[in-house]
Amino acid sequence: MAVMKKKGKKELPAISTSSLPDVIYMILFFFMVSTSMRDQELLVRYKLPDATEVQKLEKKSLVSYIHIGQPSLSMQAKFGTAPRIQLNDSYKNTKDILDFVAAERDKLNEADRAAMTVCLKADGQTKMGIVTDVKQELRRANALKINYAASKSLGYY
Amino acid sequence: MSSNKRKVPEVNSSSQADIAFSLLIFFLVATTMNTDTGLARMLPPMPPENQQQEDIKVKERNLFLVLISGNGAIMAGTPTDQQIIDLRELKDKAQEFVLNPMDTEDLPEKEDTEIELADGSKWVYPVSQGVISLQTTRDTGYQAYIQVQNELTRAFNEIRDQVAEKKFGAKFADLPEENRAAVAKAVPLKISEAEPRNIKK
Repeated sequence: MAVMKKKGKKELPAISTSSLPDVIYMILFFFMVSTSMRDQELLVRYKLPDATEVQKLEKKSLVSYIHIGQPSLSMQAKFGTAPRIQLNDSYKNTKDILDFVAAERDKLNEADRAAMTVCLKADGQTKMGIVTDVKQELRRANALKINYAASKSLGYY
Repeated sequence: MSSNKRKVPEVNSSSQADIAFSLLIFFLVATTMNTDTGLARMLPPMPPENQQQEDIKVKERNLFLVLISGNGAIMAGTPTDQQIIDLRELKDKAQEFVLNPMDTEDLPEKEDTEIELADGSKWVYPVSQGVISLQTTRDTGYQAYIQVQNELTRAFNEIRDQVAEKKFGAKFADLPEENRAAVAKAVPLKISEAEPRNIKK
């Protein structure tokens, strides 16, 4: 042991890394708490429109998403560039929204069904025609609480 | 025997950092951080199909039309007097319509409504009967539509802020839940979204 001590005096002591795992764990827990799981792959591209009066979507478990936009780049060869509606993991027609809403509603508790929200994530460049068709279909499906997804901006002018 | 007296060596924990790192990287890749924001709206319920659809009669003075054309131009005003206006003017126009500050004849009428507050007292507020009707064509861009929706929301939010400030002495967003519901009743968000005009298939 004496020999060891002599050696230690000559060299600079190495920086202790014993607290490194703790630091990493801290970052890990931060990310675990503040992020949510990526749940579906996007098949459409969109850039959400801007708005200033946006509100945060509360209770993500009650929210279903409808994506509207051009097919993503890898799909464009097959599907062209006309705007498409994505429900769950595939392109769908407006007619399928009825079934989609029914399926989404079945997933929820009976108590939560009235609070179900449908979030419309549509590209800013889409025309209102397709959006209106979707809205009419949602009315038919009696999913009346909707949310137009928009990103927060500071103003238009 | 001598080996028994020795301490049990501690478990090597130098790889703990690596384990934590790999967990961290997994979570970085598999999760997203963006919180969804948007404009909340309620759609009107679909009338039963077998029922004769009757147009709800709204007095002309209670109606404010906002039309968005295919190229994003906005036309707004009462049914008898509409003008092409800029997006910037829309908020003030909508506010003037909802508030009717001078109680003029051609802007919406107000109906004194009793609103029950959380503490049991009644609050009588002249609730505007005005309805903003928003119409688009099938060619209207979604961005233009959201901009108009946003301006109308802004108009209502500002009115709600004013009313909340006057009644409860705080901004609408800072009020407790029950007071917020009372203010929302006093200034209802009445935006009717009709089906698009001149449908081109």
